[in-house]
Amino acid sequence: MKKYIAFWSILGKDMKTYYLKPPNISWGIIFPFAWTLMFFLRSEGAVEIREILPGVMSLAVLFGTTSMLSVTITFERRSRSFERLLLAPISLNLLMLAKTSGAIIFGILNALLPVIIASLVIDLSGINWMSAILSIIFIAVTSTFLGLFISVSASEVFEAQTFSNFVRFPMMFLGGLFLPLERLPLFLRFLSYLLPLTYGVDILKTAINGNGIIPSGISFLVLVGFSLFLFLMSINNIQKRWIY
Amino acid sequence: MNILEVKNLSKNYNGFKAVKEINFSLEKGEIFGFLGPNGAGKTTTINMLTGLARPSSGAIQIAGEDGIKNIKKVQRIIGIVPDESNLYEEMNGFDNLVFCASLYGMGKKQREERASRLLEQFGLANTGKKLFKAYSKGMKRKLTIAAGIIHEPQILFLDEPTTGIDVENARQIRRLIQTLNHQGTAIFLTTHYIEEAERLCHRIGFIVEGEIVKIGKTIDLLQEAQKEYIMEFTLENEVEPLKEPIQKTFPGIHVYTIDYFHLRIGSPEKIDLMPFMKFFAEEKCLVREARIIRPSLEEVFVKVTGIEIDRLKKEKEGEKK
Ligand SMILES: Nc1ncnc2c1ncn2[C@@H]1O[C@H](COP(=O)(O)OP(=O)(O)OP(=O)(O)O)[C@@H](O)[C@H]1O
Ligand SMILES: [Mg+2]
Repeated sequence: MKKYIAFWSILGKDMKTYYLKPPNISWGIIFPFAWTLMFFLRSEGAVEIREILPGVMSLAVLFGTTSMLSVTITFERRSRSFERLLLAPISLNLLMLAKTSGAIIFGILNALLPVIIASLVIDLSGINWMSAILSIIFIAVTSTFLGLFISVSASEVFEAQTFSNFVRFPMMFLGGLFLPLERLPLFLRFLSYLLPLTYGVDILKTAINGNGIIPSGISFLVLVGFSLFLFLMSINNIQKRWIY
Repeated sequence: MNILEVKNLSKNYNGFKAVKEINFSLEKGEIFGFLGPNGAGKTTTINMLTGLARPSSGAIQIAGEDGIKNIKKVQRIIGIVPDESNLYEEMNGFDNLVFCASLYGMGKKQREERASRLLEQFGLANTGKKLFKAYSKGMKRKLTIAAGIIHEPQILFLDEPTTGIDVENARQIRRLIQTLNHQGTAIFLTTHYIEEAERLCHRIGFIVEGEIVKIGKTIDLLQEAQKEYIMEFTLENEVEPLKEPIQKTFPGIHVYTIDYFHLRIGSPEKIDLMPFMKFFAEEKCLVREARIIRPSLEEVFVKVTGIEIDRLKKEKEGEKK
């Protein structure tokens, strides 16, 4: 059977019915946009904008991906159309990859917005773009799978949203986005290293400003580990809870 | 030849036995119906057969494959119409069908052709561009059935195909099911409409509280019913309190209530009206009407299950006809 047809159709349908719908586009674009402006406006100057750019980019990805997933998965679960996908002759792995690919792409596009805005006001030369783009992709994948994990553990949209805030806000403060890790008290720093975003932000910092503190190779490996772990846990949860 | 075979299939939900060791089979080209009241375990059975629920014990064979282990392979040749019309609200009818076809790996041209053909066949050609959420209940049901057969399955599972649908649409749906069956699709359906089972199914299983209490060819079940003589009384009083006294006065007959005013009496011998009229007169009950009933599946069902007809949401269509 041509499984790629199912994969692309699921991705295409999600794009058309969710990601390209005005309310979601506005969430995806206006929100990071407003955010970026807010952070940039209260920055003192060019140096500071460049300093906070990795944090703003990571946040845009994190919020974009996790909130979209709770819509595309939890919502379809509740309307029971998700059952159609579970009844289709494609493996659960392929199905969930198709369901998450849309969010990953959406997250990557979200990260571009702060870059575009920043490029209008400051000079962005000297950035290791290769590494920056790779890290954005990795952050998008990890936070999408984090969102997936949350969505399959929740049974209602609001539950998923509450749960994801519970995870997102600590990452905002402890992920080294705006507060450098070195300045955190030791036990909080320990917590930071348990959060996937910490590693993503650090790669971005290295790529943009050369001031990350973890070797990028290790961070990439850790992100791959987190992604695999979250994805497999999610699949396991789906098998246990949704095929009841 | 059996295309589906179920052996000792059970499902427990935290200790609650929703389905208890059921056994049945579905032949090629057959329509088999599960008839039972709410909560009998009909949907649970379909979910186990289609891969949406994991059996607690037992075995399923579909087209020679292990229906539990190789469910993903089996899913290619089965079609499923769930009890709720669950297509995508924000997509139009045509796109919904095309999307469902793609889940089975059908190519673009093939799925568009098939979608158009089905819309035509189901009388939905004019509404193909309408969003699913704007469809009426009957239209939604038909499109959901169309989506279930988009990949030309060998077996179609229909969970209460006509529940909540008006008479005309229900009739159309039944005709579609029959046409599909004539074209060679084996069909497993669930219903709580006795008449629907009687009219549509070659074989029927009565399921109550997770158990199949009777299973057989529809003709045989009817023949069994027709060995009985049945008389229906319409009273001006509530009939329920009379059940016991009647049973006591006339041992050897079988009494059951249809609803508040209707009571039926079944007997292996011809029923003499006079003793009953006398009985009702003594009980100070006014008899509005007494008539002979041609026994149908209803009688078998009531006799076997002990369930009052009232408890099954009774279909009105048969009465109007
Ligand atoms: N996920 C579940 N968890 C616990 N109990 C369940 C679950 N699904 C079904 N049940 C129980 O199993 C029994 C059978 O339910 P099922 O839905 O199969 O009945 P049904 O015959 O389809 O009824 P209906 O005519 O109402 O659709 C019911 O008592 C129901 O409460
Ligand atoms: Mg049901």
